[in-house]
Amino acid sequence: MLEFPRWKNILVIVMLLFSVLYALPNLFPQDPAVQIIANRGHLVDAAFKERVQGALEKQKVQFKSIEQVRDELLVRLPNPDIQLKAADVLRTELGDDYTAALNLATTVPGWLKAIGGNPMQLGLDLRGGVHFLMEVDEAAVLDKRMSAFVDDIRSTIRSNSIRGAEVNRTAAGINVHVANAADAAKLGGVIANDIPQLDMKTSADGTTLTGTLKPVELKNINDGAIEQNIGTLRNRINQLGVAEPIIQRQGASRIVVELPGVQDTAQAKKVLGATATLEYRANVDGNAAEAAATGAVPPDAKLYFMHEMGPDGKPVPVLLSKKVIVSGDQLDSAASSTDSQSGTPAVEVTLNNIGARRMEDFTTDNVGRKMGVVYIERTPETKIVDGKEVRTVHITEDVINDATIQGVFGKRFQTTGLASLKEASDLALLLRAGALAAPVDIVEQRVIGPSLGQDNIDAGKRAIIIGFLSVCVLMIFYYRLFGVISVLSLFANLLLLTAVLSLINATMTMPGIAGIVLTLGMAIDGNVLIIERIREELRNGNTPVASIKAGYERAWTVILDSNVAKLIAGVALLAFGSGPVKGFAVVLLIGVLTSMFTSVTVSRAMATIVYGGGKKIRKVSVGGGF
Amino acid sequence: MEFFNPNSNVNFMGIRRYTVSISVILMLVSIFSLATRGLNFGLDFTGGSEVEATFAQPTEQRDVVVALEKAGFKGAMVQRFDTKNFSIRLRPSEGGESAKQQAGNESGVDARNNAITARVQKALDDSGHPAKLKPSVFVGPQVGKELATNGIVAVIVVLSGIMIYIAIRFEWRFAAATVLTEIHDVIITLGFFSVTGIEFDLTVLAAVLAVDGYSVNDTIVVFDRVRELFRSARKDGPLEILNRAVNNTLSRTIMTSLATMLTVVALFFFGGPTLHGFSLALIVGIIIGTLSSIFFACPMLHIFGVSKQDLMPKVRDEAELARRP
Repeated sequence: MLEFPRWKNILVIVMLLFSVLYALPNLFPQDPAVQIIANRGHLVDAAFKERVQGALEKQKVQFKSIEQVRDELLVRLPNPDIQLKAADVLRTELGDDYTAALNLATTVPGWLKAIGGNPMQLGLDLRGGVHFLMEVDEAAVLDKRMSAFVDDIRSTIRSNSIRGAEVNRTAAGINVHVANAADAAKLGGVIANDIPQLDMKTSADGTTLTGTLKPVELKNINDGAIEQNIGTLRNRINQLGVAEPIIQRQGASRIVVELPGVQDTAQAKKVLGATATLEYRANVDGNAAEAAATGAVPPDAKLYFMHEMGPDGKPVPVLLSKKVIVSGDQLDSAASSTDSQSGTPAVEVTLNNIGARRMEDFTTDNVGRKMGVVYIERTPETKIVDGKEVRTVHITEDVINDATIQGVFGKRFQTTGLASLKEASDLALLLRAGALAAPVDIVEQRVIGPSLGQDNIDAGKRAIIIGFLSVCVLMIFYYRLFGVISVLSLFANLLLLTAVLSLINATMTMPGIAGIVLTLGMAIDGNVLIIERIREELRNGNTPVASIKAGYERAWTVILDSNVAKLIAGVALLAFGSGPVKGFAVVLLIGVLTSMFTSVTVSRAMATIVYGGGKKIRKVSVGGGF
Repeated sequence: MEFFNPNSNVNFMGIRRYTVSISVILMLVSIFSLATRGLNFGLDFTGGSEVEATFAQPTEQRDVVVALEKAGFKGAMVQRFDTKNFSIRLRPSEGGESAKQQAGNESGVDARNNAITARVQKALDDSGHPAKLKPSVFVGPQVGKELATNGIVAVIVVLSGIMIYIAIRFEWRFAAATVLTEIHDVIITLGFFSVTGIEFDLTVLAAVLAVDGYSVNDTIVVFDRVRELFRSARKDGPLEILNRAVNNTLSRTIMTSLATMLTVVALFFFGGPTLHGFSLALIVGIIIGTLSSIFFACPMLHIFGVSKQDLMPKVRDEAELARRP
């Protein structure tokens, strides 16, 4: 008699229910929508909802509904064209107080969402948008950090009153030459203590110290630069008003930015492509206007211009020291606020520990003098010189603030006396943007049109349906009832795969769809192996029940072996994969696992239902004349 | 019904000299082509730009190519979507001079794209095929280099991972034969892309890796049967057993390949242009993988000299015996 343990039957039923439930959200269509998010200091409430409704009605924009979801307002629209129009209307109406982003809103009912049922996200190739790959300039990051160490060592030398010491930045690291060995040893000890990031070595005669960056620190610095960039990019992209942007690290030094719904790369790049840094520098005595006119700049100074034009509409020159007090990467945060004493708009700045110490050192000696903030914007450019690609950088430097130091401060300080709240928030924004320590360049860019996305979705659906149906026809035609069982278990596999992918929030891309189709083809292998084995057992003269049993049991080892091989290939794909390949690999991996379950366990449960239960079986319907 | 006589006993091993020779010849041709012609790497690997062109009137691909060549674009690839829509791929060195002039304050990528678009626009306008252009892809050359290296690493990882697994589950001769079969499949698939000059992009590489997994699957099924027959058979020599294993699994090999083939062919015809290269690589890979598991894998096993003794579960007993006093 054909039997199947009860717990396995229960497992199959539970798994099937699970698959149906979590695959279900993918059947609900998504509405084109505009998502409205309030910027700082603004509210989304009933009155605001009416305002939005009014604006849309005034411009005769049809909409399906307007609903408030927590702090956001979601306007559902009938089609993507109207969605674009609505976004334009709302952006004009709401100005900078709110951000209106294009989005796709699910129509999945609340109870399904409550148990975690969500549709698969669509990748850029399926919904249109812009893809950027950005690279952090590691050499620049390293250079900057090493220069900071050189400065630190110089100040250590000064504070320890060591005479005749000379510090140089070399290609390999930092060279410190000290007049006598005793001082060198002392200095080496202090540096090792103060700057643990450096590996210090002493030369044979004991007078030269060489410092190189520890490999671990190199990695830390790069990781830090990437993290900081991702954070800043996220902030900047929020300004762009893109719903569900993807900002991910890729490999050691790259960041992937995907902006669904965006078609204008230039606009996106204005925000992304230009990277900024900040430098606090001391003012240098001298007549800036004269220096600007004659070009005679004092030797320790550099001529800058203010960001804002003067009252006469001409740029205002400023003379700042060549030495940097604090740079953007030492700035932890900057936020606009109001000064508690004067009630005027202000910007509150917090520095990290290194920055704090340096700021304190500087302000101690310089109360009453002025200090400027230079905002440096780097725009990467690619030029062709002699047929070779050369990457250069276009740099603009502006002084965004030049204020008098009112007292000694370190970690936290305020810039006050700003004309308006807007000026304060602009300055804070620039400061934050400048905190981006590492320069990034765009090394890859793709634009996917919205219609191409829809074409891809349709093509993918068609390929899945046709592929699935043709496998069904082949299997049923050749293997009869067992063919039907295989096809049903294949369908269970499709459901289970969809459910798992939806549950882990996988992003569906075109290669992902290809992975699903391929998985369907390969998953049938398990069933074919089993049925062929059953046929063989029958051919050898075994009873139907014994043949079915043996078919499932003896096919198992080969199914396991061959699937492990596929898993190994899948894992390698996943490990190596960038973007599109990764999506394919994820589907392939999960598909192998789900297909092992469905082709063996689910199909056996079905076979037991058909041939089990104590019935007397004379024939097994596996085709081939049995 | 049956596609194959279940008691078929085609003498696959008997013709092994011919089949292996054909395999070796195909491999040599592939290697020769890969060495001399190389692969027609896509933008993913080479870097460069892609421009989408929509023509006012239906235009022939030839005209577009000629117009571009006339304007001095070297190695521009023109792909036709339909009668009016084309994609034009340009190597990274293109658009140099004007890019320099126009660079100005704009971001580098945009400046390049604009410069290239302007030049292509001029070339097409001059040739009397006015078109609307839209820059769509830019890939920096350094990204591509890394991808290529990672791809090679991935293939090596897959090969060695599978080899280790089979060496553990079967025996080293099986592992070696499987890996040789895999290398055979991968090289001939790559060779196909090299000979035909069909674009080789990231998705094709993914397909080649998938083919790798698929072909191993086929080979393992045959080898599993070889192992089983060796253990149960009493008097047959290795050649007879290898031949029987191939014959016994033949129906399954064909059925699975047919099913997979159906889905992949559906992808090729209905999956849209983005998946053409991908599904083509799978089609070729599946055909090669299926044939190699029938005609190539077992002869390899024979060359390595597999025998009944190698597969008997004896290792443990000997170890056990050795431990006893």
